Amino acid sequence: MSNETKQILTTDGIPLEVSLKKAEKKNKIKAFLLVAPLLLFLIITYIFPIGDMLFRSVDDRMVTNMLPKTYKAMEKWDGKDLPPEEVFEAFYIDYKLLVEQKTFGKLATQLNYEKNGFKSILKKLKRKMKKFENENYKEQIMAVHKRWANVEYWRAIKRRAPDITYAKYLKAMDMFENEDGNISQVSEDRRVHRVLWLRTLEVAFFVTVFCFLMAYPIAHLLATLPMKYSNLLMICVLLPFWTSLLVRTASWMILLQQQGIVNDFFVWIGLVANDNRPEMMYNKTGTYVAMTQILLPFMVLPLYSVMKTISPSLMRAGKSLGGTPFVAFWKIYFPLTIPGIGAGCLLVFILAIGYYITPALVGGASGTLISNQIAFHMKSTLDWSFASAMGLMLLTGVLVVYWVYNKLVGVDNIKLG
Amino acid sequence: MALPKYTEARYRIWHYFYIFICTCVFFFLIAPLFVIFPLSFNAEEFLVFSDGMKRLDPDAFSLRWYKDMIYGTKNPWGLATKNSFIIAIFATLGSVILGTVAALGLSSRHMPYKGIIMATLISPMIVPLIISGVAIFFFMAKAGLAATHTGIILAHIVLGTPFVVITVTATLSGFDHSVTRAASSLGSDPVNTFMKITLPLILPGVISGGLFAFVTSFDEVVVVLFLAGLENTTIPIQMWTGLREQLSPTILAVATCLIVLSTLILVTAELLRRRSERIRGISR
Repeated sequence: MSNETKQILTTDGIPLEVSLKKAEKKNKIKAFLLVAPLLLFLIITYIFPIGDMLFRSVDDRMVTNMLPKTYKAMEKWDGKDLPPEEVFEAFYIDYKLLVEQKTFGKLATQLNYEKNGFKSILKKLKRKMKKFENENYKEQIMAVHKRWANVEYWRAIKRRAPDITYAKYLKAMDMFENEDGNISQVSEDRRVHRVLWLRTLEVAFFVTVFCFLMAYPIAHLLATLPMKYSNLLMICVLLPFWTSLLVRTASWMILLQQQGIVNDFFVWIGLVANDNRPEMMYNKTGTYVAMTQILLPFMVLPLYSVMKTISPSLMRAGKSLGGTPFVAFWKIYFPLTIPGIGAGCLLVFILAIGYYITPALVGGASGTLISNQIAFHMKSTLDWSFASAMGLMLLTGVLVVYWVYNKLVGVDNIKLG
Repeated sequence: MALPKYTEARYRIWHYFYIFICTCVFFFLIAPLFVIFPLSFNAEEFLVFSDGMKRLDPDAFSLRWYKDMIYGTKNPWGLATKNSFIIAIFATLGSVILGTVAALGLSSRHMPYKGIIMATLISPMIVPLIISGVAIFFFMAKAGLAATHTGIILAHIVLGTPFVVITVTATLSGFDHSVTRAASSLGSDPVNTFMKITLPLILPGVISGGLFAFVTSFDEVVVVLFLAGLENTTIPIQMWTGLREQLSPTILAVATCLIVLSTLILVTAELLRRRSERIRGISR
């Protein structure tokens, strides 16, 4: 009873609480509807395709689809001895179809990944197959090459049967699942990917460190100089920021070449002999130098925006209380800039870890990163599922850093220019 | 930053050392861009400063690479420039419209799940381009939009919107909402209010976001590499191919033009930023 009397009513006679909730809900929907078009657009063209990558990276139906009859016949085969005649017959029928469709090359590539030596015996089979008589395929196929009589090769085909595989992820870590189903490492000379992962981390880390060491003093200078000078100097930071990445990479290619200006300068000051000019491009040095310069503005801008808010009187206060300039800097100024340091370092690290263009142009063989490997598999080997697997591994790493960034800095605090 | 007279000698030395370091870093940042300028006027085919250039001999300089850029036989730059502008303009329009509308929603204090939605909308800026490229390529191939202008424009809208969202939300953060309420109370409908009141006030933010989107699209190469066919070649693709195969002075001529373009964009962006800060009442 008392509850009802206390309730405040709007002019329409609806309790205020209900009315307010209704209005708030309406506002919520209104706000959401404004965001919805972009969100929907991104989900369809971006978020969903990234999910599709996940599917592709474990999808292994290519071989299964190419040899449907073979796998059906193999279901009954225990894999101990050579498969029975039905399997050979089914394989012959499947492979004949592939030869007619001219897609047998793909099968050869795929099976060769599983076990070396498939390519040549499939080619030989293709040639000899034209003269095959009906029936007794087992003997005819085995007569083509002795490897066809080797049970190992048939087991390799059977291993490709499942629709889902995590083999690509293992491959990206230089591991594989051997015949017995144990996960082991590939031989030492074939471990290429782990080196790339480590190098990507190493380059991203050191580029971040170099950027920080270079950006801190100039951000400080920009923040403490009078406006009319700092605006002028700011152009030095902003012009590279707005200039095409390819233009900046091109200028490094000119500077770092063996007859380039940097080498000329080193010869002129006597650091190196004229006939012994060091190779500064197409290796890790090139990647480091170019990436540091290209990513430097991304470190300067967040640092600058934080330093700008620090009152100069704080340092004066520190000094007047007896601290030397160094102590005042270390105890007062530096701690206040930590948010900017965090923002800048995480941003540069995130950008550096996925860098593609610059390493591809100035990195050579020893300076390329994991992105280049992804692009290589997308464009050259066409092993898209492997590219997807590596891409997602990289993405996971980036998202972890992004999450940390979001916790520490907040994405809505990113400042541009 | 003149030092006070009473500064001790060691701090004086330290101070000059600090200025020296800063000068070096500024030099490192800006100098590489200026190498391209003179070399693009080189009369010879080599990408080094010839003896004639060092003596400032007029014969050592020429416009032949600019002529080659414009009139050269089987020259890809004309088509590439046309494509680049078409793609960048449409991508910018798309990004600006979608991004501004979304930013309006995001800056409303009623917006539910603000954090996670913002993080999603910004993600194309954070996710490495190579991954975006692979994902968008899969989508466009399925949708039958690979090697079409439409496909590339859609991809660039994805990459451009985060910049618009960021700049416009930043502009809206200092926005006085009572003016839109005043407009509504005077009988204006929401669309009219937006066009007449909100948009003019946030225009600097919208334009600078648009500039970012434009530059992102105009300079984008990784995603286009996956999507473009021969017909869709763009300036960055041509630069990329040129840099991979053979570094020719013609590329430097193009690069010089791009530097001039980016200088213009920088000046516009700076003027807009100052205007926007003045409007938001941030005194500097």
